[in-house]
Amino acid sequence: MKSEVIGLRDVWVYHDGLPVLEDVTISIRSHDFLGIIGPNGGGKTTLLKVMLGLITPERGEVKVLGGDPEGNRRHIGYVPQHSPFDHDFPISVMDVVLTGRAGQRLFGRYSDQDRKLAHDTLKMVDMLPFAKRQIGKLSGGERQRVFIARALVTEPEVLLLDEPTAGIDAHIQTEFYEILKKLKEKMAIVMVSHDLTAISIYVDKIACLNRRLFYHNSKELTSDDLEAAYQCPVEFIAHGLPHRVLKEH
Amino acid sequence: MVEMVWMIEILQYGFMVNALTAALLSAIACGIVGAYVVVKRIVFISGGIAHASFGGIGLGYFLGIEPVICVIPFSIASALSIGEVSRRRGLSEDAAIGIIWAMGMAIGIMFISLTPGYAPDLFSYLFGNILTVPHSDLLIMLLLDVVIVILVYLFYKEFLAMSFDEEFATVVGVPAHRLYLLLLCLVALTAVVLIRVVGIILVIALLTIPATVSRRFTDVLWKMMVLSTIFSAMFSIIGIYLSYLFDLPSGSTIILVSGVVFLLSLLMPSRHILKY
Repeated sequence: MKSEVIGLRDVWVYHDGLPVLEDVTISIRSHDFLGIIGPNGGGKTTLLKVMLGLITPERGEVKVLGGDPEGNRRHIGYVPQHSPFDHDFPISVMDVVLTGRAGQRLFGRYSDQDRKLAHDTLKMVDMLPFAKRQIGKLSGGERQRVFIARALVTEPEVLLLDEPTAGIDAHIQTEFYEILKKLKEKMAIVMVSHDLTAISIYVDKIACLNRRLFYHNSKELTSDDLEAAYQCPVEFIAHGLPHRVLKEH
Repeated sequence: MVEMVWMIEILQYGFMVNALTAALLSAIACGIVGAYVVVKRIVFISGGIAHASFGGIGLGYFLGIEPVICVIPFSIASALSIGEVSRRRGLSEDAAIGIIWAMGMAIGIMFISLTPGYAPDLFSYLFGNILTVPHSDLLIMLLLDVVIVILVYLFYKEFLAMSFDEEFATVVGVPAHRLYLLLLCLVALTAVVLIRVVGIILVIALLTIPATVSRRFTDVLWKMMVLSTIFSAMFSIIGIYLSYLFDLPSGSTIILVSGVVFLLSLLMPSRHILKY
């Protein structure tokens, strides 16, 4: 039995009195690669922030590696949606990646081990030649790889990705998914995406979220799930038999 | 040569030595903290903190304590309240800044009007007068500089992580919100250092102009701090010289010199500026 990395039980989150997440229960186990789809405003980003302890649910229980999320979130690698950063910020690619190590020891400088880890991680995502480049002077795809590296230097047990391929060219997206494929051997991955095709090819399990979570611990969703989630009939084109998302119907 | 003669002549006056020392001491604070103010885009929060600190000046007059000493706890209190209040849900950050900005100033005016007699140096707190900086204020400025340099040295990597992406920093275990409040306190201390030089109303100029000009020359935060310290010292010294020469108010002369250099720096297209 694979151990649970993140567990949510009966989680409710409200924003200004309106529910954003309703009764969400999910268990993510080591080496899971879970894709979460759902309409805009369906609570996908909120769900990730609940897992990170950045949002405390009004009701329900959140466990990260068996403990509370604030205490254990340092074992989560987080790649936010369009990082809300300033493109003109005076920081190099290397220093952005190193910020992933900033919480290891307060006070003082980064250790040689921190630097080696940042170096190796940048190499893994093929961004080492850009190490000294200012962060704003990168293309969208390059920047996304830097943010993955920043999440990976924390040596996480689970990686949370929020719309990682939004605004990135198709051929670069493929490269990106190949990186994830390699990472899957080492950690659990949860990816929020609107990109159904990619999800259907790369992930192992799919959940659909629209305030409520539709999830069967598998890669299949029923058309009823999708209709309930999107609140309208969804045309779902299965992508060849091996990767189909819908049951045959 | 003319400069040399001027320097020698001018240094014979004790007040000029004090003025130049104040210029250098204030350059350190506003070079370092100004770099954060500009890259973290907290210019208006900083303006609010600086203005609100006027309450501390008024309180000082009222209690008969040296206003510069009284302004330290007062500006730190306003920095912490802006930092906390602006985080409340359902309250916009700029509204919070505006409210505390005005409240601080109103408190200052209230205390001054309650104080019997008339407030002699009031004008110099508002608009600065670097030519009248007393010796005791230089000591306070030096002390605040030391505090600022030590804290920024200790927390450089944490401040950088927090300024770049507060949420991510929180996730990796950096106490980002507490560091943010600490940064606002450093802004408050810098405002205190700058009050004598340019005055409460013009503090924001020295927090932003030298750092903005330096940003055009470098992509590295600590180099930006060093450069903006140098720029700030230059602006102040040139400003003091011109105000002495033409009998102009020193605070506004310094700011206008800074503004002119800023405009000149805009003429250089940034891709032509050597970034190192």
